[in-house]
Amino acid sequence: MQAFEYAAPSIKQQAVALLGNTWEDAAVFAGGTDLISSMKDNLLAPKRLVDIKGIKELGGIDFTPAAVRIGALVTLEQLLAHPRLGREYPGIIDAAAGVTSPQLRSRGTIAGDLCQRPRCWYYRAGFGLLAKDKDGKPLVPNGENRYHAILGNQGPAYFVNPSSLAPVLIAIGAKVRLYNGSSSRDVPLEQFFVTPKSDAERENVLKPNEIVTDIIIPAIPAGERLSATYEVRQKEALDWPLAAAAVALRMNGGRVQSARVVLGHVAPVPWGAPDAEKVLTGKRITADLAIEAGKESVHQANPLSKNAYKVQLARVAVKRALLRAAQGGA
Amino acid sequence: MPDYNWPEPDSAALVGKRISRVDGPAKVTGTAKYTYDVTRPGMLYAKVLRSPYAHCRIVSIDVSAAEKLPGVEAVYVVQGAGTEIHWQGDDIAAVAAVDEQTAEDAVQNIKVQYKQLAHLVQEEDLSKAGDRAKPAAEQVVGNPDEAFAAAEAVTVEGYYGTSVVTHCCLESHGFVAEWEGDTLTVYPSTQAVERLTGQFAEALKIPATNVHTMMQYVGGGFGSKFAVDRWGIAAAHLAKQTGKPVKLMLERAPEQMVAGNRPSVYAKVKIAAKPDGTLTAWESDSWSTGGMGGGGSPPMPYIWNFPHQRKRHTAVSINAGSARAWRAPNHPQGCYVTMCSIEDLAAKLKMDPLDLVLKNIALTGERSELYRQELLKAAELMEWKRRWHPRAQGSPGPVKQGLGLALHTWAGRGHAAECRITIHPDGYVEVSTCTQDIGTGTRTVIAIVAAETLGVPMEMVKLNIGDNHLPPGGSSGGSTTVGGVSSSTRRAAMDAREQLFARIASGLGTTAENLETVNGTVRVKNDPSKGFTWKQAAAKLGVNPVSAMGKNPDEAKGALTSSGVGGVQMADVSVDTETGVVRVNKMVAVQDCGLIVDMKTAESQVYGAMIMGIGYTLFEERVMDEITGRMLNPNMEFYKLAGLADTPEMVVHMWTDAEQQKRGVIGLGEPPTISPGAAIANAVANATGVRVPTLPLTPDKVLAALEKGGLA
Ligand SMILES: Cc1cc2nc3c(=O)[nH]c(=O)nc-3n(C[C@H](O)[C@H](O)[C@H](O)COP(=O)(O)OP(=O)(O)OC[C@H]3O[C@@H](n4cnc5c(N)ncnc54)[C@H](O)[C@@H]3O)c2cc1C
Repeated sequence: MQAFEYAAPSIKQQAVALLGNTWEDAAVFAGGTDLISSMKDNLLAPKRLVDIKGIKELGGIDFTPAAVRIGALVTLEQLLAHPRLGREYPGIIDAAAGVTSPQLRSRGTIAGDLCQRPRCWYYRAGFGLLAKDKDGKPLVPNGENRYHAILGNQGPAYFVNPSSLAPVLIAIGAKVRLYNGSSSRDVPLEQFFVTPKSDAERENVLKPNEIVTDIIIPAIPAGERLSATYEVRQKEALDWPLAAAAVALRMNGGRVQSARVVLGHVAPVPWGAPDAEKVLTGKRITADLAIEAGKESVHQANPLSKNAYKVQLARVAVKRALLRAAQGGA
Repeated sequence: MPDYNWPEPDSAALVGKRISRVDGPAKVTGTAKYTYDVTRPGMLYAKVLRSPYAHCRIVSIDVSAAEKLPGVEAVYVVQGAGTEIHWQGDDIAAVAAVDEQTAEDAVQNIKVQYKQLAHLVQEEDLSKAGDRAKPAAEQVVGNPDEAFAAAEAVTVEGYYGTSVVTHCCLESHGFVAEWEGDTLTVYPSTQAVERLTGQFAEALKIPATNVHTMMQYVGGGFGSKFAVDRWGIAAAHLAKQTGKPVKLMLERAPEQMVAGNRPSVYAKVKIAAKPDGTLTAWESDSWSTGGMGGGGSPPMPYIWNFPHQRKRHTAVSINAGSARAWRAPNHPQGCYVTMCSIEDLAAKLKMDPLDLVLKNIALTGERSELYRQELLKAAELMEWKRRWHPRAQGSPGPVKQGLGLALHTWAGRGHAAECRITIHPDGYVEVSTCTQDIGTGTRTVIAIVAAETLGVPMEMVKLNIGDNHLPPGGSSGGSTTVGGVSSSTRRAAMDAREQLFARIASGLGTTAENLETVNGTVRVKNDPSKGFTWKQAAAKLGVNPVSAMGKNPDEAKGALTSSGVGGVQMADVSVDTETGVVRVNKMVAVQDCGLIVDMKTAESQVYGAMIMGIGYTLFEERVMDEITGRMLNPNMEFYKLAGLADTPEMVVHMWTDAEQQKRGVIGLGEPPTISPGAAIANAVANATGVRVPTLPLTPDKVLAALEKGGLA
């Protein structure tokens, strides 16, 4: 780990002023659960850490008639402990509960969860985000790719987006508010994540001089609050999902009026499944329909040499998330 | 001379009871100091530059930039230019600096030019091993060809394997080394405080009398901590170069890569039985790796003495960290391969595997009657007969439940050990022996034996362990410690008691043979009214304490330990056939290990072993990348261990009867880790109707086996 300067501003203007024009200049330090370990592993070496934990306005969960605002610093544990959030957006709670480490939940923040770097083991071993050997050949397609992408994996990116919260937040229509010191912009979360095409690019549209200040979720009328996340994890104790799916449903007379299905841990970005959504629209949710939606959601999957099983896991995750979400409305 | 034996259960005050470990409070409150916690005045921190490549030659090494870094006090080259390196993570150079960060920075400033060489890091596909595969001579028993060819023979063929797993000591390997003149003091994290003395002396070319090794607590060893290791010698050299104490503890990644692992095994097996299930013939082609050294040869068939056998084993040397003893070396692998093939045969014969193993129990030799009883006991605790179903004929729905079983054995005779017991005039008792408590409850066992023998409360027994200036107490390996130290302690305590009796008998108007210690008193046999409290008795010693040595073995003073233990384990699992996720619902262990000194810590060993077993059966795997030659999961994130939430209901039944009492104290630490692999994997086969051939039983493999189908 390289020596760095530490700053702890108390307002967001100061925080942004302390950031730089490149990622090497400075890094936003929230819970630090990912950032610090990345620095210890010499993956990141920012010259300055801007600790935002003391910035009050970045905390809190507020309900207004039109929207819910979740501050960037809200921890996974605070999400879990919020009864109203749990009632209205059960899919968020499913996802946060899946991180079964009390330490990580108490320390990790919602913005940190969305901005955390991929867990690809080649990336974490220092082979770069696009995991190439010294001649520039990609390591993943013929390597140990059991945990890698099955969709959106034509290269050069093969990692999967690690965030458990992203799929459900996308499914319920969340936006992230990004702030650069002079203005804020709201970006729909599905547009926040991008697949890097070169080593110069990152996995999201955040700029080095911006911070995430809030997550904004549209209010959902009572009776339409059907959402769920289902993650396939091998272990009950702390473990990463092998595949996950989040579903949000709007129902009308017992039939699906509109549905959002978003897969996690299957692609370099949270992966929307419009074909599954189409299958659901206008129908009653049954086990058979859920199976069909599961199939549709991955029909374009193109697994690598060792991860075909994830196609099946994604199918099952969609099925189970749908059935769980539908039950929530019963 | 007293009659050297163990107290009978009905007269024992402490032996065989449920007693909490004496160092529990120190451990949970953090007052227990591990080597990781040791700090010495002016101490430097050392970090090691490690090979990034699995196989390479060091062309040149330049440490000048590292040496010049402010805060760096010394650099020691472990393997210099010209050396061939055989695995990723091998030590190249070590740096001592004022703090960890500076040492780390200095390591990154060492410039090494490597010439990469061809590597092999995976062994499951034997066809790719080339001349790295070294077949051993075929072994034949009886006439296997004839047995397999017999008209009535029912045969089953299978492929079974277990991957390389690592020890995952919570406290990594490491040392603090400190010189005073030409005398070296070392604080190691070890299973062998005493054995390290000679190793350091030899490597550093100093008299063994100049080495002092001391350790009070160790955060796990599991067989991987018996040596000084290259990094221990490096720490000593750095301490010498700088004239300051040096601490060198491995980080997690090297801990996973170079500090030991359990060899893999892969085996193609064919076995035959008569139509009634009588086992007749075994044939196996197996291979394994333990790194460059090629790995051990697991006992196969394990426990079951098939009358006809043919076995071929091939050692494969690969470019990965070397194997070390791993809790019951070779047994889990042998047990897995053997018990899985027997289960597959039972399925083919449409027999309950419990019936099949009971039918063949004579093939297990002299332990067979005890195994039979243990199987029945385990079956009762698992409600096996009520709950077992033929393969894949369990519950409807995607989640399938199943049962499996396995048997194991181990030697565990008490090792050589010496011990000194001193009874002080104030009544306090001191027990001194250079053993170490590796978490197995050694302290507690010694205290129990001393207190029992002298009739005093355990609080009056003070232990001195973990220091090579004490009488030799042996290394903690092979499950030989409990038998060794409890026997030496018993003999020393009995002799010390004799001496005490001799010195105070006249004061009670009797002779030594007529005295006994009971419940804090020293009294005249058959006349309990005549006696002293323990403190009064000790006070009669005046200013001269009583001190006696005990040792093990000591033919003249009874046989307090023997060899050979065994056990049966059964597992109940659920398999989600849509996701391939396996959960263990319940495990039952029935275990014998001679006379049990402390029921509670004995059971604890079995609980821990089963949890460790769930880990290597479902989760643990060293993932090697053939392209880069690297270990991809040298961490606690993708090297997955069972956590609390993955721990099922566990039922432990320790076998106690007059026969076990007679056999004396025998070791237990290793044997209960042997069976879980086979018991759980067999339960998965029973649940799903298909065999998942290799451990760990990860969702990808479970789903692949289900898709392939097979023996139903
Ligand atoms: C073993 C293990 C298992 C895990 N399992 C899961 C899991 O199953 N699911 C899951 O979702 N997560 C999992 N996590 C990850 C964990 O949830 C994240 O590390 C955590 O949420 C990150 O939050 P943080 O506040 O600590 O982020 P930090 O480490 O502080 O930051 C992470 C990244 O986000 C950036 N950042 C943080 N906040 C902001 C902001 N407001 N604006 C701009 N950039 C910002 C930082 O600069 C950094 O690049 C796991 C982690 C570990 C170690």
